[in-house]
Amino acid sequence: MSILTSPATIHVGREHYRVLALRRIALLLLLAAALFASVCVDMALGPANYTIGEVLSALFQADQVSDQLRVVVWDIRMPIALMAVTVGASLSVAGAQMQTILANPLASPFTLGISAAASFGAALALVAGMAILPIAVNYMVPINAFAMAMAAALFIHFASTLRGVTVETIVLLGIALVFTFNALLALLQYLASEQALAAVVFWTMGSLTKATWPKVWITAAVLVATIPLFARQAWALTALRLGEDKAASFGVNVRSLRLRTMLTVSLLAAIPVSFVGTIGFVGLVGPHMARMLVGEDQRFFLPASVLCGALLLSVTSVVSKTILPGAILPIGVITALVGVPFFFVLIFGSRRRAW
Amino acid sequence: MVALALQDVGAAYGKRPIVSGITTELLQGGSLTALIGPNAAGKSTLFKRIAGLLSGPGTVHLTNATSGKDAIRYMPQDTGGNAVLTVYESVLLAAKQGSGWRVSDQELAGIDEILAALDIKALAFRELGELSGGQRQLVAIAQALVRKPEVLLMDEPTSALDLYRQIEVLAFMQRRARSAGMAVLIALHDLNHALRYCDHTIVVADGRMQASGPTAEVITPQMLREIYRVEARVERCSRGRPVLIVDSTAA
Ligand SMILES: Nc1ncnc2c1ncn2[C@@H]1O[C@H](COP(=O)(O)OP(=O)(O)O)[C@@H](O)[C@H]1O
Ligand SMILES: [Mg+2]
Repeated sequence: MSILTSPATIHVGREHYRVLALRRIALLLLLAAALFASVCVDMALGPANYTIGEVLSALFQADQVSDQLRVVVWDIRMPIALMAVTVGASLSVAGAQMQTILANPLASPFTLGISAAASFGAALALVAGMAILPIAVNYMVPINAFAMAMAAALFIHFASTLRGVTVETIVLLGIALVFTFNALLALLQYLASEQALAAVVFWTMGSLTKATWPKVWITAAVLVATIPLFARQAWALTALRLGEDKAASFGVNVRSLRLRTMLTVSLLAAIPVSFVGTIGFVGLVGPHMARMLVGEDQRFFLPASVLCGALLLSVTSVVSKTILPGAILPIGVITALVGVPFFFVLIFGSRRRAW
Repeated sequence: MVALALQDVGAAYGKRPIVSGITTELLQGGSLTALIGPNAAGKSTLFKRIAGLLSGPGTVHLTNATSGKDAIRYMPQDTGGNAVLTVYESVLLAAKQGSGWRVSDQELAGIDEILAALDIKALAFRELGELSGGQRQLVAIAQALVRKPEVLLMDEPTSALDLYRQIEVLAFMQRRARSAGMAVLIALHDLNHALRYCDHTIVVADGRMQASGPTAEVITPQMLREIYRVEARVERCSRGRPVLIVDSTAA
């Protein structure tokens, strides 16, 4: 009987696993390198095109380049290029963990209504000049967007604390929120002046051009603060993907893990959408790319989600500058146009079938 | 050696009581106990209650356990889940819960050992989604055993296995229980398996305990008529083993 396998052959699986892990680390490094390259290209492109060499000099030998080059790279283009990185990473990680805790491949900040809520909040400011929180009136638009996004996320969060509410219910609730906020937004647009309407449409398309260093720092800080929270729960979060019962049988407190993760994810998703508007695609597709590349062990899946989201949005930023010379197209629109073909290639070319 | 006994144990989902009044004799480490009963009798619910995943009245007495509340492990019936993970990773995942990111050679050796013992080394680097129901069940057993439980509650672990695998798994669990001093409770539908492999048998129906004791004393024509509504005999086969033969459904 095969149960008596000789111990001499037993080590094979262990070595195979080590190779698998190394291959994943290599993939992560490759993604990181691609991201760095994409950010450099992003900073080279613009009304005045620079070479990658010039960008690198401005980055690493700032005192030896012309003032103009330094100002353009550091003060104008870098905030935008890094905003693409932090926003892409945040939305992708938020989507990854929403998909994980809700056991649903369609979960993302966009599909759960968080983006739609932010758009409505922004439109309230742009159309009606109405501040939800009476603070910092100069920043009424992002603050309104953030308040509504957080309200939507917290609504979802508290709904999930109710007894008998399943993950399917949560996803349905999210979709109901999308419809509600889209209807409210349409109502505002209908009532808006032509000028305000244009501003709302522009905002909801999502754009990185409003990026500033403080916004970059805030999104980066939230990202850096939340990732360790997920990292500490890496095994438990991965176990959740085997099903609730299985995770519980491993000793995971499923309910508490779900609620805490939901709360963290809310913040992670609400901040970037309130700064850059609706960029729906990254939060949905970033995690799927990561999953197809490295699987769902969160020790690899989490960094891969960060990198895939960041890379996706950074590449999109490059593309949005190159389609029409001299014009920067709204990134929210371009993300889907760039991401979809890439996504198709991954889906149909991949051996892995997630969901 | 570890020993488990239930005293007037019950469990509820919300306010709705599902099982109540379950009392057993001492179930010793090294023994196999069958938990039998019709569908929806409350077997899974009782297991979750024993494992502490549900609360309820009564006491679960656990003696001589060395690993505290981690001593009892429940292996769920549901083998679903569609995570993008290899079999090897999914077993590692079970082993690593609650510990750090770093994986030691020793931990990996433990996984190799358990996969080899269950004869599923060939599946190690297949994705969970590619497995058949029976293969998933074997992986679930590996996930349960890799944590070295002292009391293991297996919820219908053989339901999707072919005949060879059913026998192999039960015989394996019997040896494993004896060698590790582990108390194993198995929810089963095949009463011949209970007769052959399990020292004790607990019968539940409608959430109440109907009988509990040595298997041969519990599985009787009268019990089968009352609980399972079949006319059946337990006879000795030509090798002297008790065998259950069902004649018809009860009138
Ligand atoms: N999560 C749940 N919430 C409410 N009732 C449940 C739940 N799970 C099971 N039940 C009910 O508890 C009873 C016993 O179920 P279960 O323990 O799964 O039976 P068994 O495992 O013996 O087939 C059934 O009537 C079932 O409908
Ligand atoms: Mg059951």
